[in-house]
Amino acid sequence: MSTDVQPAILLEGVSKRYRGRGAVLDGLDLVVGPGTVHGLLGPNGAGKTTTVRILTTLLRFDAGSAWVAGRDVVKDPIGVRARIGVAGQFTTVDELLSGRENLELFARLHHLPPKTARLRATDLLERFDLAPAADRPVRGYSGGMRRRLDLAVSLIRNPQVLFLDEPTTGLDPRSRLEVWNSVRELASSGTTVLLTTQYLEEADRLCQRISMIDHGRVVAEGCSAELKLYVGRTRAEISVPEGRDLLGAAHRVAMNVGSMPELDADARTLSVAMNGEAQILEQLAGALRELGLTTEELALRRPDLDDVFLHVTGRTTQGQRER
Amino acid sequence: MMTALSPTTLAWAASDTWVVARRHLMRLLRRPDELLGTLLIPVMAVVMFGFVFGEALGAGMAMSGSDYRAYLLPGLFTLSMAFGIGTTTMSVATDMRSGVVDRMRTLPLWPVAMLAGRSLADVLTALVELAILLPLGMLAGWRPDGNAMTVAAAIGLLVLLRLALSWTGILLGLLVSGPEAAMKYFALVFPLAMVADTIVPTTLMPSWLTVLAQWNPLSATVNATRGLFATSAGSADSWVSQHAELLAIAWPVGITVVGLMLALFRLRQLSR
Repeated sequence: MSTDVQPAILLEGVSKRYRGRGAVLDGLDLVVGPGTVHGLLGPNGAGKTTTVRILTTLLRFDAGSAWVAGRDVVKDPIGVRARIGVAGQFTTVDELLSGRENLELFARLHHLPPKTARLRATDLLERFDLAPAADRPVRGYSGGMRRRLDLAVSLIRNPQVLFLDEPTTGLDPRSRLEVWNSVRELASSGTTVLLTTQYLEEADRLCQRISMIDHGRVVAEGCSAELKLYVGRTRAEISVPEGRDLLGAAHRVAMNVGSMPELDADARTLSVAMNGEAQILEQLAGALRELGLTTEELALRRPDLDDVFLHVTGRTTQGQRER
Repeated sequence: MMTALSPTTLAWAASDTWVVARRHLMRLLRRPDELLGTLLIPVMAVVMFGFVFGEALGAGMAMSGSDYRAYLLPGLFTLSMAFGIGTTTMSVATDMRSGVVDRMRTLPLWPVAMLAGRSLADVLTALVELAILLPLGMLAGWRPDGNAMTVAAAIGLLVLLRLALSWTGILLGLLVSGPEAAMKYFALVFPLAMVADTIVPTTLMPSWLTVLAQWNPLSATVNATRGLFATSAGSADSWVSQHAELLAIAWPVGITVVGLMLALFRLRQLSR
């Protein structure tokens, strides 16, 4: 590491194979700068959770090296544990205890003295808007409240690096927004965050850098705008109603916009790549008028995770999403 | 993984263990039905074996119903300690499933403490159980004849057995695939609990079972506590029953040591 700024997370050629399952990580390289929010994006089974488990000292690996906050994960796991916070896919707060009791419990296990633990708990309950529910059992909390409590627990010792493993999986949209806001606040206070997710939108909103992983390797990396360039720009999709001539419609569109649209015979759609100029909207409007269609048949679609993933790996993430 | 044992690390180890134990005790207080559930088995056993089958079983052993109840109660105290293993296994299996164990493993916490805390909670719960069962036994006509010292020693042996079975339960909880599996294995407690000098004298069992039952760690505790409570004497004059007190210490200590070491080994294996 000859750079003047030490990375918060550094993985070099990390491989991990489970007995009978083959390689889960296959020479994974990852550099996360201090104070950044970095996304690990990929479908289920890509190796996201394995990566997080290795970095949080829960799992040994077969080859390569891993550093967190300047500490070797293998040689100094205790040093790493003192500097990290972990919030998982499954909230590990205790259902039967209250929010305050959970925070005090984990604060004590972080070796804070009882009085400090109590103050810290009150502090975090305020910060995560949980004060009104502080003394109720967690069993009665909403999904979003639980995740926020989980997040609060992971921040007890002001970690340098925070790991969030699919922090919003299974949450309703409102709770998701709540968690996003909390993560944004953390990031603005300078904590390094490594976040795994299946949602491009989430990575898009929160992360400064995204590593897309598949089969245990990084297949693409960059900020979200850079990743989207892999799949080109926004596309316009025209739905052609049943009984109309799809190919004829395609020719009509081509005459207006100057290039042949992509045809999807099953979905009965014509897809046109936007070229960034406003004029193309007029050309599309002309095509719609000539075809006797309304704006209901027109949709603008931004590239999403599936598009990037499809482009990079030649496969969709569909089917692997189901467990 | 293990840091050197300085006075401060020892103090943290003790504190960690207590914090984890307190969590389990708080959970128990929030769900008193679970404590009630564990207590219900020995209480029901007192009623069923003491009163329903009491006369018949007593007659089979040439004892009156009340003599049989006096014989039976130390056995039931021991059974109660044995049945606690279910709670331990379930609790550890649940924490494994929910990710609590993983979260604790990412804390700068003494690894033994997360298990030792469970065991401490078990021992404290056992004391509460005995504080309820002993008076209940007296209601059923059982009278400890020994002095305060021997009664305390008997309670000590019972709790020691609970400690040993607690570590067995912790190990099983770390090994089973989940709480559902833990539930299914619970039935295995019955042969452990019954093929022993608990409900009926081992001499009345088929001869091949007698040997097994006599060597059962539970029998050692039952016989030793019967002696200390100075109720009816042990059932057989074998070497095992003559050395019941020695065995009632040796068995649980041995099981605790082996259970603890295997549990720690298993904990370390989780990072494979």
